[in-house]
Amino acid sequence: MSGVWQILAKDLRIEFRSKTGLGSLFVLGLLVLLIFQFALPEKPTPESAAAALWISFVFAGTLGAQRTFLLERENLALDGLKTAPIDAASIFLAKMLGTLVTLTILQAVVVPLTALFTGIIPPAPLGLMGVCLLGNVGFSALATLFASISVASRAREVILPLLIFPLLVPLVISSVKASAVVLGAPGDAVVWVRVLVAFDVVFSVAGWLLFEQVLRE
Amino acid sequence: MSWKRFENFAGIVLPCLVGPAMIVALYLIFMVVPSERDQGIVQRIFYVHVPSAWTAFLGFFVVCGASLLFLWRGTDVWDRIAKASAEVGMVFCTLVLLTGPIWARPIWGAWWTWDPRLTMTIILWTIYASYLLLRAYGSEDDQIARYAAVLGIIGAIDIPLIVVSVRLWRGIHPAVMMSRDPQGGLRDPWMRFTLLVAALTFLLVYAWLLLVRVRALRIADEVERLHRANRIP
Repeated sequence: MSGVWQILAKDLRIEFRSKTGLGSLFVLGLLVLLIFQFALPEKPTPESAAAALWISFVFAGTLGAQRTFLLERENLALDGLKTAPIDAASIFLAKMLGTLVTLTILQAVVVPLTALFTGIIPPAPLGLMGVCLLGNVGFSALATLFASISVASRAREVILPLLIFPLLVPLVISSVKASAVVLGAPGDAVVWVRVLVAFDVVFSVAGWLLFEQVLRE
Repeated sequence: MSWKRFENFAGIVLPCLVGPAMIVALYLIFMVVPSERDQGIVQRIFYVHVPSAWTAFLGFFVVCGASLLFLWRGTDVWDRIAKASAEVGMVFCTLVLLTGPIWARPIWGAWWTWDPRLTMTIILWTIYASYLLLRAYGSEDDQIARYAAVLGIIGAIDIPLIVVSVRLWRGIHPAVMMSRDPQGGLRDPWMRFTLLVAALTFLLVYAWLLLVRVRALRIADEVERLHRANRIP
């Protein structure tokens, strides 16, 4: 497990030192929010704010998740990682945490912007943060596993959204519903939070177990 | 060798079974089974729609099982079975999505509704599609069989979560359309018998198509191997 922190620190250092990495995520997230504002009816509701929030997150997040493995392909760094005395599960954990940190920073920008644009101030900010984090964990687990597959594919930019969007359906439904509730829509968030927790646990464990198969030569 | 012999044997037996079974099933559906009281003749599409759905689900679980066995054992035959089952399952899943709207239009008054089962089927279709696209694009380093196996397993793990979330999603905004209960309406013994025969026929068609595709994939691999051995580009 010792390798986890080294890989995570390395990835985050690369991420913060590059000028384009986080910047492109923020701009894409902002653009999706803007498009959503133009496409929606005049009066925003908690439901539409939640929808805008998660559509923006899923699109920008897919781009962000791809980056951690695109970086490793430069100069065959991935082969170096494979030959290092670190087991595959630790590499997965490090990559997943790296994506999680990056996407949490993205959410820290996108969520306040959504509140600003729609004028819907979350009545339960802590609840919203909790739902965002739960959605983020499941997304990072699934996206990290498939990002490692997509960068090896000949159609790497196209294939990642194709692979993860159908699988993300339970996460998207429950995140949007739970966020709408904590943004003030009527309903019960608990049942959706349960689905989110189940999703997070199932795909963190599945990724952790299956990642070895992706790295094996 | 024994696998090849099994392939040859099943390659003769299955078509001999599929043909007559198809004729019997069609005869039952159009000539024997009584029309449903409320829906009339339209309801007969049920005997194609429901067996297609069952077969599509079966195909998906075969993809998952074969993927697990491939990762565990590493034998190529499991990889070919997974790929072939995804292709054949995709055909049946498409049939479900084509016959569904044809049935829904006269009965529900709409081509499409976000009924949990329909929603589930179209998500399943997109997972199949992404699986086949991943395989079609291939990879730069010939790891595609293992990547596809990972997707096959993850897709199957996702199904319970999809079912739960789609049910809850519809449960909170209940559909206005009347619900369709396929078991409740089948009081007539001929209806049940026809459904059984149709389901078995579709199962045989699935098995036969699977076999044909597995054999074709094996031959393609052999050709590839011979090309490489003889350095033909």
